[in-house]
Amino acid sequence: MKKKDIVNGLAVFLFLLPALALFIGILIAPILKSAYYSFFDWNGMGDMTFLGLANYKELFTSKAIGFMKALGNACILAALSVFIQLPVSLGLALVLGRGIKGEKPFLSIYFMPVLISTVVIGQLWLKIYNPDYGLLNSALTKLGLENLCHIWLGDKKTALLSVFVPTLWQYVGYHMLLMYAGVKGVSPDLREAARIDGATERQVNRYIVIPSIKPIIKVSVIFAVTGSLKSFDLIYVLTNGGPLHATEVPSTRMIEMLFQRNRYGMGSAIAVMMIILCFAFALLISRAFKEED
Amino acid sequence: MANYNKFDKDVSSSKFNVKNIFMYVILIIWALVNLFPVYWMFTFSLKTNEEIFGKNLIGLPWDWRWSNYASAWKTGNMPRYFVNSVIVSAAAIALVIIASMMATYAITRLKWKLSGQTNAFFMLGLTIPIHASIVPVFITLRNMGILNSHFSLIFPYAAFSLAMGILICTGFMVEIPKDIDEAAYIDGCGPFRTFGVVIVPLMKPALATISIYTFLQCWNELMFANVFISDSKFKTLPVGIQALSGQYTTEWGPIGAALVIATFPMLIVYIFMSGKIQESFVVGAVKG
Repeated sequence: MKKKDIVNGLAVFLFLLPALALFIGILIAPILKSAYYSFFDWNGMGDMTFLGLANYKELFTSKAIGFMKALGNACILAALSVFIQLPVSLGLALVLGRGIKGEKPFLSIYFMPVLISTVVIGQLWLKIYNPDYGLLNSALTKLGLENLCHIWLGDKKTALLSVFVPTLWQYVGYHMLLMYAGVKGVSPDLREAARIDGATERQVNRYIVIPSIKPIIKVSVIFAVTGSLKSFDLIYVLTNGGPLHATEVPSTRMIEMLFQRNRYGMGSAIAVMMIILCFAFALLISRAFKEED
Repeated sequence: MANYNKFDKDVSSSKFNVKNIFMYVILIIWALVNLFPVYWMFTFSLKTNEEIFGKNLIGLPWDWRWSNYASAWKTGNMPRYFVNSVIVSAAAIALVIIASMMATYAITRLKWKLSGQTNAFFMLGLTIPIHASIVPVFITLRNMGILNSHFSLIFPYAAFSLAMGILICTGFMVEIPKDIDEAAYIDGCGPFRTFGVVIVPLMKPALATISIYTFLQCWNELMFANVFISDSKFKTLPVGIQALSGQYTTEWGPIGAALVIATFPMLIVYIFMSGKIQESFVVGAVKG
């Protein structure tokens, strides 16, 4: 009996070892280390000077760091994502989920952009937005709308929206797929019963389908908001935060602090703030959904 | 009553026809919005600058310039980037599969006190952003002198897909009846043999889902690859394409060709396995 316990304990330990080593070594320990670095002034090589919370104070007050502006931009993206991207996804999911003809091909096409590398998508949109030869300006010229032509990514006024459009477009399919899976999970009998009782398609969606896929909508909202806070790839490829910092988001600030300015303490403070914000928003959104029930 | 229902249905379906057409028009427009960039990428990868810049904006190429592919392939270093991406993704997938299968076995099938808490601990990984560890991992890799290597990407990629791997494995492993373990125990198998001989062969369906999920994470990842790799010998496709576009700022054809080379393997796999690929995205989100 005793020997069996030892074998069992040893087995638990050995089976968990690879996963724990990876997980603690690359996720958990580094987070703690980041938190530690964030209290210091450090150029990554030499001595570390303890600053207490000074990095965080600077983060929230200094215009030169520009974190608040970057956070503001990420919040705009989050709002656009929740109020434009998700409704579009939900609409598509509801239509495809009720089993129309061509359901599967449409689904596969709409999901496709999610699979394409963000760098590829970014490069394509760079070419669409190119002021001299880009598709967008050429199309406007051909339509006789020359006065609408624009240096889309180079102008402070249009850059932010120009960067957000492909970001939102790329992930419509992702949220649609999640919601579609939910819609398909609604029992056909329930739907049929409601139809027999004379409910219109709209009423079926409003009173049966949407309430029953609420947990998935919650997940989508959480992903949309935290994804916006973390967004990096497309912005890095399209503008890298420019022109004149018009399109900065927290992660572009973080990378600049780390690798252009060698301010490892400040970069870590941004990383820590991003983790805190992601968790805080995820919790808040879960709360909000719970309260509604 | 039955008649009434039938009547009602007929009315609604005839009303639907106008609505239906409208709906399909919107669905088709949205499909074109999603297909167009890929079509455009493919066509401009085969054109000359002259065509791309005005003479033939969106039509099929006049004469198909496959030489663009030759330049992307030869001078653009694409084969190397491609191979690097394959090595990094394959190794990360292997690591995730091994580590998550073993961990899931310990969590779901061995009896011990903290299994629930351990699972919850791993599930934290689903929400931790990849940014969280970039500074310390960068510094550790630098101090170890392995910044420019495949390892510097393989381990982080595996770590960040691990939580999802465990989640997917759990879904499959709880479906395997416990009787099977007991039978194996009675036959004298210990936990190790039971795992290797009985459980692993039954987990094959989970492998595809985990592999697809991990593959997509690795193949497209930019931030770590960009920060950890500066030597073009080890660049993966996303970083390589960035470098290539800096190199060919004035010639669009070869860049287009590079984009196609990076994208088409994925799209071809998607055509054959779209169901499986979509499933691997849904599994995690719906349970998580």
